[in-house]
Amino acid sequence: MGRDVTALRIRDLTVSYGETRAVEGVSLDVAEGESVALVGESGSGKSTVLKAITGLAPDWTGGIEIFGRPRGHRPDKALAATCQMVFQDPYGSLHPRRTVDAVLTEALRIHGIRDDDRVSRTLSEVGLDARFRFRYPHQLSGGQRQRVAIARALILRPRLLLLDEPTSALDVSVQAEILNLLKRLRAELGLTYLLVTHDLPVVGFLCERLAVMRGGRIVEVAPVAALRDGAFADPYSRSLHAESLRHDTEADP
Amino acid sequence: MMASPEGSEMRQGPEGAAPGLLSVRDLTVTFPTPRGPARVVDGLSFELGRERLGIVGESGSGKSMTGRAILRLIRPPGRVTGGLTFEGRDLTSLSERQMRAVRGARISMVMQDPRYSLNPVMTVGEQIAEALRTHERPGRAEVRARVREALRSVRLDDADRIARLYPHEVSGGMGQRIMIAMMLIPKPALLIADEPTSALDVSIQGEVLRLMDDLVRARGMGLILISHDLPLVARYCDRILVMHAGRVVESCAASELHRATHPYTRGLLAAVPRMDETRAELPVLDRSAWGGT
Repeated sequence: MGRDVTALRIRDLTVSYGETRAVEGVSLDVAEGESVALVGESGSGKSTVLKAITGLAPDWTGGIEIFGRPRGHRPDKALAATCQMVFQDPYGSLHPRRTVDAVLTEALRIHGIRDDDRVSRTLSEVGLDARFRFRYPHQLSGGQRQRVAIARALILRPRLLLLDEPTSALDVSVQAEILNLLKRLRAELGLTYLLVTHDLPVVGFLCERLAVMRGGRIVEVAPVAALRDGAFADPYSRSLHAESLRHDTEADP
Repeated sequence: MMASPEGSEMRQGPEGAAPGLLSVRDLTVTFPTPRGPARVVDGLSFELGRERLGIVGESGSGKSMTGRAILRLIRPPGRVTGGLTFEGRDLTSLSERQMRAVRGARISMVMQDPRYSLNPVMTVGEQIAEALRTHERPGRAEVRARVREALRSVRLDDADRIARLYPHEVSGGMGQRIMIAMMLIPKPALLIADEPTSALDVSIQGEVLRLMDDLVRARGMGLILISHDLPLVARYCDRILVMHAGRVVESCAASELHRATHPYTRGLLAAVPRMDETRAELPVLDRSAWGGT
């Protein structure tokens, strides 16, 4: 999109957990400023792609480039500053005995950044005021926790955000707030998103393209318009869409 | 233990139709907190016939506590008051031993995640057999035949092989079907399903719910489907109660859900992204409108 900078380039990625190949021969480009979804059912390998990009699944072959810089197999501090991840479960992803402030300043300390304003600025970006800065996760609601998790991902000013089912542990009313937040942040901060989800309507709200995964492979990459008109080329994508549509339409007959 | 104002009187459904299966009157569940008692279910009343009732709400609405209270599974310090009449019997006056004969045999429950509700160290077949033996005294050959039949009823055709598997060897959808088979084997009159498919993929959700629906209809059972998912409940139920902060804010026929009037229900419906989504922003609930949290 736009300036045609490639934020993320994945070439022939294969990821294994021991003997099991979770991802096989995945290639995908995401342009800067774009929002792309990886969709599929459990076990399709969609989350594993994100884990390989962040270094949480080190047993991979192929190529991963982030803003033109190839990713190696070792932890990469510079990469962490450009690419961050938001996890599904805000209950599990925040340390229970650390305050919001401690969670946010840790990343700054690791990267040697001294910027006293950044914590409060980032909190206000995700819609939390100063009162929340010294609270513990158990003193926050699920939606507030996910806002903190997003703040934690944003504090290093990354350009690429990996979102792993960021709203599927939340109530629908809270989900709407977080989806609005993610949409606004992307526009305000010029972020690029790679979103993993099983929820196709969420893709329609937040993304421009989607890659459908099955059995560790991408079976089809389609524009989100396909969600509206059902114009998928692959039969599996069509069935996934049809099943989800059947579920979805009942709310609004 | 609990108040039983009307004893074991049989109650008519709201439309004066068939005699009710379950009658819940002014049910209240309270838990103590440092800031005083919290009423997680607050004066809930409804009648259930041999029909499919959906209870919808977000976390903390009291929907799961309602299901648990019906089975008298709320442990101290939780307190339950109100009337519960099931098949003409006052559940609140039953002893714990009498209640055990109701649980499973007359009212059974399917919970969210089969990985947690199945026993990890028993084979599927042993678990179903155990459910059967708890309520009846069948011979060995009969147990085997009934286990096979139970698995086949949930369309697990390779029943003998599946009976030998452990829970970790089956998929989520299969696990939930096994759970349903186990819950239906004593032929209960009422099934309470609490988020039975929330841990499953969408494609499998439909399959499991259609199966549960077929079995409930074929056996003329009552169903209480508890879920956060409005479209799902609208699809598989006849009637819907929308709960918020322990109270029913809306009660309607499932087919009338799109005409819901309460701002909370309308807000929930609007907040869900749609497949043909074109809205730039999703409407957010104004919780102050009805004193919510």
